[in-house]
Amino acid sequence: MNIYDLIFYLFAAITVFSAFAVVSSKNIIYSAYSLMLTFFGVAGLYVLLGADFLAIVQLIVYVGGILILILFGVMLTNKVNGMPIHTEVTNLIPASITIGLFAGIILAFFVNTNWKSTQTEFPNTTIVALGKLLMNEYILIFELLGVLLLIALIGAASIARKK
Amino acid sequence: MIIYEYLSELFGSPVLASVIQSLFPLIFLIPFALFAVWLERKVSAFMQDRIGPNRVGKHGWLQTVADILKLIQKEDITAANADKPLFNIAPVLVFAGSYLAFAAIPFSSAYIGSSIDLGLLFIVAASGFVVAGILMGGWASNNKYSLLGAVRSAAQVVSYEIPTVLVILSVVMLTGSLSLYELSEMQTSSIHNWILFGGNAPLLQKILLIPFMFIGFIILYISSLAEVNRTPFDIPEAESELVAGFHTEYSGMKFAMFFLAEYANMFAVSAIVSAIFLGGYQSPFGYLGNTLGLTWLVPIEQFLWFSAKGLFFVFVQMWLRWTLPRLRVDQLMALCWKYLIPIAFVNLLIIGLIVLIKI
Repeated sequence: MNIYDLIFYLFAAITVFSAFAVVSSKNIIYSAYSLMLTFFGVAGLYVLLGADFLAIVQLIVYVGGILILILFGVMLTNKVNGMPIHTEVTNLIPASITIGLFAGIILAFFVNTNWKSTQTEFPNTTIVALGKLLMNEYILIFELLGVLLLIALIGAASIARKK
Repeated sequence: MIIYEYLSELFGSPVLASVIQSLFPLIFLIPFALFAVWLERKVSAFMQDRIGPNRVGKHGWLQTVADILKLIQKEDITAANADKPLFNIAPVLVFAGSYLAFAAIPFSSAYIGSSIDLGLLFIVAASGFVVAGILMGGWASNNKYSLLGAVRSAAQVVSYEIPTVLVILSVVMLTGSLSLYELSEMQTSSIHNWILFGGNAPLLQKILLIPFMFIGFIILYISSLAEVNRTPFDIPEAESELVAGFHTEYSGMKFAMFFLAEYANMFAVSAIVSAIFLGGYQSPFGYLGNTLGLTWLVPIEQFLWFSAKGLFFVFVQMWLRWTLPRLRVDQLMALCWKYLIPIAFVNLLIIGLIVLIKI
């Protein structure tokens, strides 16, 4: 076991334990901050896989954007209304059935897929190849996603606007 | 770079070398923070026609050391209704977030924490942790001023990230690189190669680029002021309305951590602005080491140039702080969304066109 394996297990442990804390914590703010640790751990795993761009975008979008939004919403509603928001365990049986089924499907895919494992050169940077692919082969999907985000923005603005 | 190779040879392990190398910016930061706090007090005193600290040491230069000694001795107070775990983690998270940015800042051609290709994006990502930490501290204090300060700070940083990224994008279109090390290497040792003056572009293109590069530079500097919560954008701390904003309840060493993080952030954004537009560690004219034939002198000179540029922009931040009044919340948001972002977008398009036509 070399040092990179140790680092992998460290990040994997951070991801798994914090993800568990997200769902098990009673305090919703603790859940949100555990989610930040989960994102951080996943970003670390991406870096170990050589996906530097994905790791950084993960941090920008999830920690810098979505997490801040969640915290913003929770803090404003939680303290200002004077009503503590608590998470609790409900619908135990349907939830465990659904999760069991979902886990089974993922496991089946995991076992049955013929994983390709070829020894390749560790990519030094991914952003050049990624940019070329996005701008050539996947340009339609890329543009459609851009339009989708624009629609979401316009929708959000029109909902927030005073009538 | 040279330092990293030397360390990994010395310890025989790249991982150990990286760990030791990651401590270097701290050695730079702590004396810098001590000096900058003293400088801030002296600058403010000068602007307000006062003398400023003058008791400890000559011209009061030991005042900050005395203050730190006082802060260490202070009782560590946690408010009774505060959320203790988050209250204690928040200063660490804020400092860790601002220290994270130093991993991608090239101090000289011999030293950069990590020469990743996405240094500029990484720095934008690192600021997310600072915001999360400030929100954590403000919420955990269980104090309405703290919470208001934290929420204001988050709104401000998230909004001003957009013009920052737009300006960074326009620079990336010109240079084709996101690595701060490569950007600095491109702006080789003379002033006309700085990106502020069009970088390495051909002459005619350079002349067309210069006005738009200046606009980009000004937008980046304004939004970097907002990202570190400095006046005129200091509504998260606004001492006349919010006591001290998100760190109202903090005392002793935890307060000192917030303070250190603030000054670290000030230097980080100044360093980024100078690395993007003003040549980074490159000297505006030649190096003494090259003319004397002493190649080992060049990285040291580069480090001195880099700290001089960083310190100059830190000084400008202080200058602005004691000159300009604070913006209101609505003015702050209007400045970002109605002025900076549209101007940055148009600037981005124009720079893109100039780069495309290739005169």
